[in-house]
Amino acid sequence: MEVRWTRKDLLSLEELSKEEIELILQTAESFKEVSSREIKKVPALRGKTIANLFFEPSTRTRTSFEIAAKRLSADIVNFSSSDSSTSKGESLRDTAKNIEAMHVDTIVMRHSSSGSAEYLARSIRAGVVNAGDGIHEHPTQGLLDIFTIRERKKKLEWIKVCLVGDILHSRVARSNIWGLKKLGAKITVCGPPTLIPTKIEELGVEVCYDLDKIIGEQDVLNILRIQLERQKGAFFPSIREYAAEYGISKERMKKAKPDVIIMHPGPVNRGVELASEVADGDRSVILDQVTNGVAVRMAVLFLTTLVER
Amino acid sequence: MKVLIKNGHVVDPKNKIDELMSVLIEDRHIKKVAKTISEKTDKEIDAKGKIVCPGLIDMHVHLRQPGHEYKENIESGLRAALKGGFTGVCPMPNTNPVADSRSDMEFMRGEAGRLGLINLWPIGAVTLKEEGKELTEFGELKKGGAVGLSDDGQPISDSNILRRALEYAKKFNLVIMVHCQDEGLFCDGCMNEGAVSTRLGILGIPAEAESVEVSRDIQLADLTGGRLHFCHISSQKSLNLIREAKTHGSRVTAETCPHYFHLTDEAVLHYNTHAKMNPPLRTQEDVDAVKKALKDNVLDAIATDHAPHSESEKDAEFDKAPFGIIGLETSLPLSLKLVEEKILTLSDLVRKMSLNPAEILKVDRGHLSEGAVADITIFDLKLEWTVEKEKLESKSKNSPFLGWKMKGKATDVIVQGKYVLQNEEIRI
Amino acid sequence: MGFFFAALGADESADALVADIAMDKLILDAPSIDRSVARMAHEILEKNKGVEGLALVGIQTRGVTLAKRLADAMESIVHAKVPLGILDINLYRDDLTRVSEQPIIRKTEINFDLDNKIIVLVDDVLYTGRTIRSALDALIDFGRPKRIELAVLIDRGHRELPIRADFVGKNIPTREEELVHVHFKETDSKDEVVVEDGS
Repeated sequence: MEVRWTRKDLLSLEELSKEEIELILQTAESFKEVSSREIKKVPALRGKTIANLFFEPSTRTRTSFEIAAKRLSADIVNFSSSDSSTSKGESLRDTAKNIEAMHVDTIVMRHSSSGSAEYLARSIRAGVVNAGDGIHEHPTQGLLDIFTIRERKKKLEWIKVCLVGDILHSRVARSNIWGLKKLGAKITVCGPPTLIPTKIEELGVEVCYDLDKIIGEQDVLNILRIQLERQKGAFFPSIREYAAEYGISKERMKKAKPDVIIMHPGPVNRGVELASEVADGDRSVILDQVTNGVAVRMAVLFLTTLVER
Repeated sequence: MKVLIKNGHVVDPKNKIDELMSVLIEDRHIKKVAKTISEKTDKEIDAKGKIVCPGLIDMHVHLRQPGHEYKENIESGLRAALKGGFTGVCPMPNTNPVADSRSDMEFMRGEAGRLGLINLWPIGAVTLKEEGKELTEFGELKKGGAVGLSDDGQPISDSNILRRALEYAKKFNLVIMVHCQDEGLFCDGCMNEGAVSTRLGILGIPAEAESVEVSRDIQLADLTGGRLHFCHISSQKSLNLIREAKTHGSRVTAETCPHYFHLTDEAVLHYNTHAKMNPPLRTQEDVDAVKKALKDNVLDAIATDHAPHSESEKDAEFDKAPFGIIGLETSLPLSLKLVEEKILTLSDLVRKMSLNPAEILKVDRGHLSEGAVADITIFDLKLEWTVEKEKLESKSKNSPFLGWKMKGKATDVIVQGKYVLQNEEIRI
Repeated sequence: MGFFFAALGADESADALVADIAMDKLILDAPSIDRSVARMAHEILEKNKGVEGLALVGIQTRGVTLAKRLADAMESIVHAKVPLGILDINLYRDDLTRVSEQPIIRKTEINFDLDNKIIVLVDDVLYTGRTIRSALDALIDFGRPKRIELAVLIDRGHRELPIRADFVGKNIPTREEELVHVHFKETDSKDEVVVEDGS
């Protein structure tokens, strides 16, 4: 029962065991309590240096990690893509080695190439926390989603979760699938056929193109962000049609269970994936996700940074 | 100068020889192949326990010169080929600049001649700069020594250009070697589209990106009566089409590469860039189909598509790493596996690696007839060795087979009567 | 667990076994623990003149069990509720980077205001004093208590910091190689305190 954390990195939920995921969630529970105190700080990572290496723009994830690190008393520095040397053509490996030469303990990285987190973790001694690698995984998002579901539904086993949207290009979807599966939830992916990746059933999920058909059975609707540029790749003809078929409108909500919860990794394209009233409504747990995100990231930073390099 | 190869098991499919024989070479040619040869000779090569066959020919390699000599050049590439047991290679024209003129052909042949290692039969580009718009001077290229034409690295997307190329090439009896890739379906893919690409979050290339053009190209070959050769076929779908085409008499030939009958897309797991090439590794079903197609002669030749890339280029994020792996030094043992698995006989294998390539390219090689040019490969079927990075002759080491235990190796090679590989060592 | 080896009796085995088996000494049995808890409860009440403005905070994990027992004992004497808090000190340890195994972070729950209160910190064993130092750091982040007092079931000596207990169940002089195990029936099989020879 007592599993220990031994990884210097958090790269994916695919490689974690059920027990490791439970450990992170349990640790996050304690850190959530720290965030509710008057003095929101513990000295656990005092003297540790964490670097945020974000090659893709992101304010909320980066800020979430920053707050998490500071609440653990770590020192955190930000390297963002516009001013990073990669725009001058420096390779990822060289950028990372340079940061490592400054004796950074952990690098939190978001990068547009799938597998880049694993690649980085292989190349440096510092720990790597994957904040999103291409379309592969976004493990801390997956974890905070699981945490939020369990907080609201009290359990995960047999909970029916539907991921709605562009599954093909979604790292949030993949992380959700791996994590939720291990903890016993039942997952359906729903979206336009062009945006459902090939052979995804092999990951243990059901596939459905018709949201209205299945929305009544779902306990959780996790709405993924649709990138408006996908319209150009002939994935769907227009935003209007996407919103009509898959957007969670007030009307569509009437077909859902009264105790369904609505989740979204943010930022929300209001009126596209989610109607404003739904995003701000009482079934929405979007803000809880943000709060839980800090706790989960504190847990992840705490566990990985203290593993010996 | 008379050289005798004795005690070897000679495999010469063209002359239907598959038994212990002696081979007598006089200067540049084969003088006699017989059970016993009693003539006095200047040198004897004891091929006891080994196979003696017509020199192996790799009809599809990339030597990177001019333009990318840091990856490979003609010298290192030919040395690697020689170590791998080849007596001749056909370098593709997608160099920098593209080899689209007679002087490019002459340069490459000249270099090879100067080096005195093995034969170099160049492939000229089909269109200028491989841009797919204007045809090159096929006649001039042939005069310069080209044995085939290809825009390899690119598909010829404009069907009309390919049609005209096939028609025009008839005058010069040159084969058009096509790289089948529907650009739209290829999109931003980096690996085979399938369960593995979904797991890894890598955009996929469906098998149809290859087979859609195979289908078109077969029809153009039929329309024109020209000779068309399919490069590096990787998928079951393409093979079904080629099988069908051959049954109906289409003048098409096809090659595959050892990695397509050894590895699946699972080799990419953990974002292994040494398993990234184009066309990509596919599923077990495709691997099985490739083996079957080799057995049924749907596939005529085994080539390597030897594609060197430097370590720093391959040591990158998966989507940023270039496509391609080396293959010259591992092709023989990997292909011998097919004999071990009883998919091919030894004679069939020699056909695929020597006789058929020669016949497709219309070079008079691939057989040990009396009077033929003495290009001979001698290999030990049972020799076990491990693929070690430092021992590879090629400048680049981008191979998914690093560290693999291999069985079978070329020990001696004769090119145009010269004994250039002696006991696994290059001697010129 | 075990008794003095002599109590086992078998003489032939004595020589063979002495060299191999670590001996556990029973220091307190269940009734003794109950008596100590009762006495400590009285002492806390006496020193602080009742439970007015007082709260107990138990240190995870066995300090929590002990704190509950003390609270119950105190409540049955004064017939008034004693606020009880739970504190996990793992986030405040000074040796986190040096431990080979990561500690499990447990619940911290302090649902009352610490300001101006008398806080009695409760732990099972007082040894080097470092755990208590961490606990003090944590408590001060929660607020500004009027006074902090310390109650422990066992004080085994070997302090490395200037820390002392106000209420002690039993003082046991120990050697450094020895290990002190406190077992409570709520979490272990029974109530007892044993000393194991760890060498």
